[in-house]
Amino acid sequence: MSTIVLLLITGLGLGALYFLVASGLSLIYGLMGVLNFAHGSFLTISAFLGWEVGRRVSDGTWWGLAISAIVGIAVGAIVAALTEYLLIRRLYERHIEQALVTVGLSLATVALFEGIWGTDPIYTARPEWLTQTTEILGAKIPNDRFLLIACAVIVLGGIVLFLKRTRYGLIIRAGVENRQMVTALGIDVRRSFTLVFAIGGAAAGLGGVLASVYYGYVSAHLGSVLLIFAFIVTVIGGLGSLTGAAVASVLVAVLQQFANYYLGGTGDLVVVVALAAVLLIRPRGLMGKIA
Amino acid sequence: MTRNKTLWLAVGGVLLVVLLAVLPLLAIEIPGVLPGPTYTPGTLQLIAYAMLIAALALSYRMMFGLAGLLSFGHALFFAAGAYGLGMTLDAFGPAEWPSELIFLGSIVVTLAAGFVLAATVGALALRVTGISFAMVTLAFAQAGSVLIRRNPGGATGGDEGLALDIEHVPGALVGVLNTRNLYWVALGVLVFVYLVVLWVEQSRAGHVAAATRENELRVRVLGLRPYNVKLLIFIVASVLAAVAGMGYLLLQSGAAPRVATADFTLTLLVIVVLGGVGYRWGAIVGGIVYTLLDQRLTALAGSEFIAGLPAVLRVPLSEPLFILGTLFILVVLFLPGGIAGIPQRIRSGRASHPAESEEVADA
Repeated sequence: MSTIVLLLITGLGLGALYFLVASGLSLIYGLMGVLNFAHGSFLTISAFLGWEVGRRVSDGTWWGLAISAIVGIAVGAIVAALTEYLLIRRLYERHIEQALVTVGLSLATVALFEGIWGTDPIYTARPEWLTQTTEILGAKIPNDRFLLIACAVIVLGGIVLFLKRTRYGLIIRAGVENRQMVTALGIDVRRSFTLVFAIGGAAAGLGGVLASVYYGYVSAHLGSVLLIFAFIVTVIGGLGSLTGAAVASVLVAVLQQFANYYLGGTGDLVVVVALAAVLLIRPRGLMGKIA
Repeated sequence: MTRNKTLWLAVGGVLLVVLLAVLPLLAIEIPGVLPGPTYTPGTLQLIAYAMLIAALALSYRMMFGLAGLLSFGHALFFAAGAYGLGMTLDAFGPAEWPSELIFLGSIVVTLAAGFVLAATVGALALRVTGISFAMVTLAFAQAGSVLIRRNPGGATGGDEGLALDIEHVPGALVGVLNTRNLYWVALGVLVFVYLVVLWVEQSRAGHVAAATRENELRVRVLGLRPYNVKLLIFIVASVLAAVAGMGYLLLQSGAAPRVATADFTLTLLVIVVLGGVGYRWGAIVGGIVYTLLDQRLTALAGSEFIAGLPAVLRVPLSEPLFILGTLFILVVLFLPGGIAGIPQRIRSGRASHPAESEEVADA
């Protein structure tokens, strides 16, 4: 019983991390049809800069972590918005080229991060409480999982509120539904493209800082590892669906944890099989719109 | 007129191959591009590697450029060729068989395995299209990559990579002194892949594949089945990738897990786009330019000139991938036809590459 609880909550924590990356990917793809390979780089740069600022202000305390998170969110949003504005926008409506540009960007930036911060992981200091465990139903749960879950829930709630309650959210939702129609109604959808990139980047930025808490280190490849799983989550959840991304994040992460424990560390393979199965049975994903 | 042109192209191609074939016997030095004279093993190794990558890129272009199938899993088949041959050479055949027979047998077994793998993955992945297809292929490649790293039963060597067991490999293909022979093997692989790709593209299936890329619905209306043709292209391209992979194993006397990763497929994509998606020889040019650039930029990164620069310039310039990635972005933004499209652009003076229609871009 305690093992199952442990695996469930750990899976939820990992799922939270996946969601922070996948939410942006899914929104961006849904609105613009761009598969953003540079999303992992947004995460990595935020993790690095957040860590650099956080450790200078106050290393290993809550205050330092909060500063890191704020810096990470800001950096992620700014870098993502700049990417959209400078690179993606020039290739309007040419989806393959847009994806290619982000591929180039991710290759170049990962190399750049390696050049600046080296290829080895840099271990980070965390607040005392996060390194301890809490007992729930006999299972010793690492405390950082709770932080991850809480942050992901806040982000999910925030994005949902933004999409449902604001005018820009309305435009984005309408754009995901039918972009031509929104344009025909005289609304400049392109402005919301930058916005969506900024939101996705901010979520990924927070994800970067939290990933450095979860793994206990920052490295140039932090983003690339998470990005592949985020892609899988996005496709399983249905491209363009935020709820789908949330559900799929949890499913994938929990499945991964259970397979790692009970099936001898085959978590990655099981996830891949799950992706293939979902795509073959239901090509549009769990909650994707009909293509 | 057209026949004459084709004839000239064929003659030019044969001359180029002959020139490449006699390269190991000459002492040509191109400072800054090649590390040494062309007869030295180091240079031959580099050119041979570039040719294998070009062959692989050519097979990838057949899928992406001809049939419009954006696959993120092509590395899987290259790795299947490299690891497949390595593992069968390790395990295959009773000891009393002659080595040559075991070597040939291993190649046949690897090809058969590559074919079965390609048919399975292709049949499943092609049930979906577009981005979903890319994701399914990525998923399979990722599974392959994970398997190789996990080293089941010590068969793949895990992160260390697989060393070539030279017991059954013909002596002429082993050792630094025989790099020349390996160079010829690589050239042979490139020519073979080129001819197969040419043949497929000129065949009826190739035309149907190109038509499907442009407008799948119309092909269906004409009563043809795009699925079969796409599957055929997928299988041929994958088996060709496996052939290049076998050449890679022999040339490098081993296989590294890097060749199975998604990053490696992305590199292929970069190569094909860099060279020019619209042209067959674009993939070859791209493969050779990319490999040489990669190698020379790495050499440049270690040079004293770079070490003497201030950190702002030194850090980016000492990362070859950073320069290649930036170059790639610039090509996508400003040079849609790639390197191979440059002459056409100069001739027609058009801003965009004429052979690349909107459908290709959206495929």
